Amino acid sequence: MLGIRSAEDIVRMRQVVREHAVVHGFSLVDQTKLVTAASELARNILNYGKGGEVRLSVVAQGPRRGLKLVFSDRGPGIPDIALAMKDGYTTGSGMGLGLGGAKRLSNEFHIESIVGAGTRVTIVRWK
Amino acid sequence: MNERIPILKMGQFLLVTIQVDMHDKLALTLQDDLTSRIAQERARGVLLDISALDVVDSFIGRMIANISSMARVLDAETVVVGMQPAVAITLVELGLPLEGVHTALNVEKGMALLRRRLESES
Amino acid sequence: MATAGQISAILKKHEKDLLADWIKEQLAATSLRGDLLKESDLREQSRSFLAAFQAAAHSGSDDVNGPAFADVRQLLEELSKGRALAGFSPTETAMFVFSLKQPLFARLRTELKADAQALADETWKTTVMLDKLGLYTMEVYQGSRESVIDRQQRELLELSTPVVELWEDVLALPLVGTLDSQRTQIVMETLLQKIVQTGASIAIIDITGVPMVDTLVAQHLLKTVAATRLMGADCIISGIRPQIAQTIVHLGVDLGEVTTKATLADAFLMALKRTGARIEKKAAAPERQ
Repeated sequence: MLGIRSAEDIVRMRQVVREHAVVHGFSLVDQTKLVTAASELARNILNYGKGGEVRLSVVAQGPRRGLKLVFSDRGPGIPDIALAMKDGYTTGSGMGLGLGGAKRLSNEFHIESIVGAGTRVTIVRWK
Repeated sequence: MNERIPILKMGQFLLVTIQVDMHDKLALTLQDDLTSRIAQERARGVLLDISALDVVDSFIGRMIANISSMARVLDAETVVVGMQPAVAITLVELGLPLEGVHTALNVEKGMALLRRRLESES
Repeated sequence: MATAGQISAILKKHEKDLLADWIKEQLAATSLRGDLLKESDLREQSRSFLAAFQAAAHSGSDDVNGPAFADVRQLLEELSKGRALAGFSPTETAMFVFSLKQPLFARLRTELKADAQALADETWKTTVMLDKLGLYTMEVYQGSRESVIDRQQRELLELSTPVVELWEDVLALPLVGTLDSQRTQIVMETLLQKIVQTGASIAIIDITGVPMVDTLVAQHLLKTVAATRLMGADCIISGIRPQIAQTIVHLGVDLGEVTTKATLADAFLMALKRTGARIEKKAAAPERQ
């Protein structure tokens, strides 16, 4: 479990995720997709979630192996998730590609958010 | 934190090699430094070497697009060089448009590209 | 309430002869392929399984998917994968677990003959556990077969995605067959690697051999073009048949600035032009006698 409270934490998190992906034999492209998705979500935690944490775990479905990352914060929450998932790249002010991008780069994506309580995003990348 | 990304002068072009993990302050400092240098040297082109980056997320992508736009306003073209294949594939999947940003395989080709563009201008 | 602890005790008590009987069952069943598995290996696998099963049962849990049975599952996984690779059928592989029932129930009967209720409970519990484990074995078997097929498929795809260096600076990628998302990944990886290797600045993607182009295929093509661009190379798509041209327009696919040519030859000529090369046709040399 890693706390995300500063830019350095994001750097550290990327290294840790990369290491795990390598150890578990993910292809280079899959590693990059996972680390990039993680970077997007971690930045969201920092910029909108007022800090939070990431939990990494290995998951299995029969013989299939994967890496699961859970990003949680106790920030303001997202009032309209559907809207937030839309790519607002050019606006710069919104979450931009963060959520939509992370979803596209992952095999599985779940998001729960309660206004005033916080947000939790889970992604899984299967090998 | 007093780190700055070094900017090298190569003829009428500027070369920026990004090797560290970028964060907000560093990105802003780079944009400031670069725009000053472009104006100062009256540079006509910027080479952004990202061959050391094994991850490019939307933050870095925005930074690259911003640098490219700012440089263009100052009459300099930007060429991003050295993108790693895994990064290119990921960026396409991510959906980062990076419109109007020129790319080249390496610094050498990037400079050739910039020279061709300048030649076609005159 | 009878717990799995009872089974555990019975397993421990009758360890040796249970193992012997079970192995006899397996050997007797026509399912054991002497050609594929040595008896000594079978003995070792059975012994390990019984030990692991006994330990799991000892925990009192009967949830085969829970942490107590992790070692059991691990063992079955390895066994199943091994048998799949060796060429056993799924049934033959699952029989490893199912053939334990008879010897185990025989011993349950001996131990619990005084208590009909307990005997019924334990037999039921045991059969449920072994059934689930047998099914797990089959699932793993399936999965590993699937991953072998996946791997073979991938290798085939790589073989069928050759990138050709047509000329200095010009690569050609003749696509044959459908372009699904898995294939697209491989196409992109192969093409981009080749671009790095050769420093090519033009890639011709020929789709003459792609039978159908729908919105998805078009998207995959566009992704490939975008990725190639990011590497500083330009793409030309060739092999656009009239039907494909119609489909593209009807679907409203926006090819953007991608140059398209009807044939690979046309694309090659254009690529040469772009790289500044030129082809001159001279009179054919006379054949030597």
